[in-house]
Amino acid sequence: MTAIATPAPAPAPGDAPPAASPPGRAARRRKLVPYWLLLPGILWLLVFFAAPMVYQASTSVQTGSLETGYQVTWHFATYWDAFKEYDVFYLRSLIYAGIATVLCLAIGYPLAYTIAFKAGRWRNVLLVMVIAPFFTSFLIRTLAWRTILADDGIVVSVLDKLHILNATAAIGLTSGDRVLATPLAVVCGLTYNFLPFMILPLYSSLERIDPRLHEAAGDLYARPFTTFRKVTFPISLPGVVAGTLLTFIPASGDYINAELLGSPSEQMIGNVIQSKFLTVLDYPTAAALSFILMAVILVIVSVYIRKAGTEELV
Amino acid sequence: MTQQTTAPAEPTAATASGGAVTLTGISKTWGDFTAVQPLDLTIPEGSFFALLGASGCGKTTTLRMIAGLEEPTSGTVRIGDLDATELPPHKRPVNTVFQNYALFPHLDIYENVAFGLRRRGIKSVKKQVEEMLELVELGHLARRKPHQLSGGQQQRVAVARALINRPKVLLLDEPLGALDLKLRRQMQLELKRIQTEVGITFVHVTHDQEEAMTMADTIAVMNAGRIEQLGAPADLYENPVSTFVANFLGQSNLIEATVSGTSGGDLLLSGIGEGSLAMPAARCATPAASGDKVLAGIRPEKISIVHADDAAEVPDGRNRLTGRIVDASFIGVSTQYVVNSPWCPELAVFSQNVERDSRLAPGAEVVLHWNPAHTFGLDAAQDIDAGTGEAAA
Repeated sequence: MTAIATPAPAPAPGDAPPAASPPGRAARRRKLVPYWLLLPGILWLLVFFAAPMVYQASTSVQTGSLETGYQVTWHFATYWDAFKEYDVFYLRSLIYAGIATVLCLAIGYPLAYTIAFKAGRWRNVLLVMVIAPFFTSFLIRTLAWRTILADDGIVVSVLDKLHILNATAAIGLTSGDRVLATPLAVVCGLTYNFLPFMILPLYSSLERIDPRLHEAAGDLYARPFTTFRKVTFPISLPGVVAGTLLTFIPASGDYINAELLGSPSEQMIGNVIQSKFLTVLDYPTAAALSFILMAVILVIVSVYIRKAGTEELV
Repeated sequence: MTQQTTAPAEPTAATASGGAVTLTGISKTWGDFTAVQPLDLTIPEGSFFALLGASGCGKTTTLRMIAGLEEPTSGTVRIGDLDATELPPHKRPVNTVFQNYALFPHLDIYENVAFGLRRRGIKSVKKQVEEMLELVELGHLARRKPHQLSGGQQQRVAVARALINRPKVLLLDEPLGALDLKLRRQMQLELKRIQTEVGITFVHVTHDQEEAMTMADTIAVMNAGRIEQLGAPADLYENPVSTFVANFLGQSNLIEATVSGTSGGDLLLSGIGEGSLAMPAARCATPAASGDKVLAGIRPEKISIVHADDAAEVPDGRNRLTGRIVDASFIGVSTQYVVNSPWCPELAVFSQNVERDSRLAPGAEVVLHWNPAHTFGLDAAQDIDAGTGEAAA
């Protein structure tokens, strides 16, 4: 694979501009500049996106076994079989990712709003704090949540004392007096890990809003909450759309949080794909599952964008 | 036309009558910085009132305190009969046209204009919005977004969006600052027309003295957080009470002199010119007795200029000064001379180009003369250059 990743060919030596070159040639070369600039990106996409996609697509319609080797037999039934067998994992992934996205929005919007409008000279400090977790590995941070949510930890005992665990258990988010190895733990992990991807686009869309628009709304008889509902939020919608997509899409394919914080009954579709590829070595099913996930997300995202995002803004 | 439209159900605050604004002892400080010194100001109902001053003089802060966007450190704000000091902006019967307009970018022009009506729960806004868009001649652009409009059109939308609420007072914060010169002149007349048409109180903040004089019936000149002088434009121009007003509003020649006596209603000033200068005692802004120092002021266009060879032609009874032309700029309708006199350097003289005397070129010896009645007097203890530098802004 890597052999194809040769660097973009440098401009041929013949291109060295002789001072006397006719203006037509110079103009033509200037016209080519955008293509040269696109080249590295296009090569990257070809090698690391298009080629694997084609390869996976072909894998997904192969049959055979590890011993006999796999052959392309156009066996599309793999898709249907895989979906039928694992539909509950898809559903669970989408529900967890959906809840995590809503939580991220609920936590991230007030925070981004505060940083953008109220933080004053603390603005940069707060932004660094949002990004700071990235300085530690994703894995370590997720593992840390096992300690935070440990059965004998403070969080669990406080939640238990406040009888919150009873409530969450009643709606199936937790079981018994545990938080670890329950849906709640996985959703917490997802929320935590993807929160910055929500906050940053929200912040950048809020921070561009002219504070005078708030004054103008107040001047035109809007109470503060109405100002938010009619002015601030609609103008920040592109940030909301970007943030929810950046959270929802990776969260639905995530398997680390379910692996480290959940039990087998919290497994998401990512866990299934991972085990098919790396443990069971059932490549066709794994590839088919990946494509189904991709298709499901594409459908959801395009419906969502149609509903919320196409409005031309600013 | 539109002022006949019956005003719809308005918030209780707006039902208070009267569009006069009364500020009593109002001030604003931020930490050590005093933006507005305690000031008293009454803006009569239905007037076009301008707050004029250089940037940082406190005029915008004063306006924002009337709007409720800034809380006064001390004092009270009354709008008509209503004590508005403690009211938030959305409960005051005033609307603001913001600097750079602050139009809502996600709403079209129609919805921008309808915003205030909708917030007050008025359901049928169509007729009013259309009438208001007609008033500012933008009916055909109702469905455009603000960013698709030119600066002048956005400005008119901002005015319409504020006026549709039939405020008691319309506040305009440097509304023409972002427009180019030609459009600015046009919008000045336009705003003046709208004000006459709707008849409500306009309070206009500007740093452009010409703009203030063109539009306002009354101007308050502000400097360093206080009002230097308040009056009709012509009155301020003819009778400035401080060097700041004399220099900021138009241009003035200020000459230091000593009062040597009186003659009839005139003060006689010595120490300048061959004889003495006369100045109506009534036009001296400071009480002056014999021996006091004053600044004698004369506007450049009031001065006549003749070549020294024709000095005999100057009628008796005029104030006269001799000097030498150091610069002459021809600007079409008039020529602006800079004349150095032994008693005062760099006197400005504007002369209408009726009959041009070709001898009046740099280097020529000249006699300047003017009607003593045009001389005004100021307290000599002030900074003689106050208001000159910023005036260009």
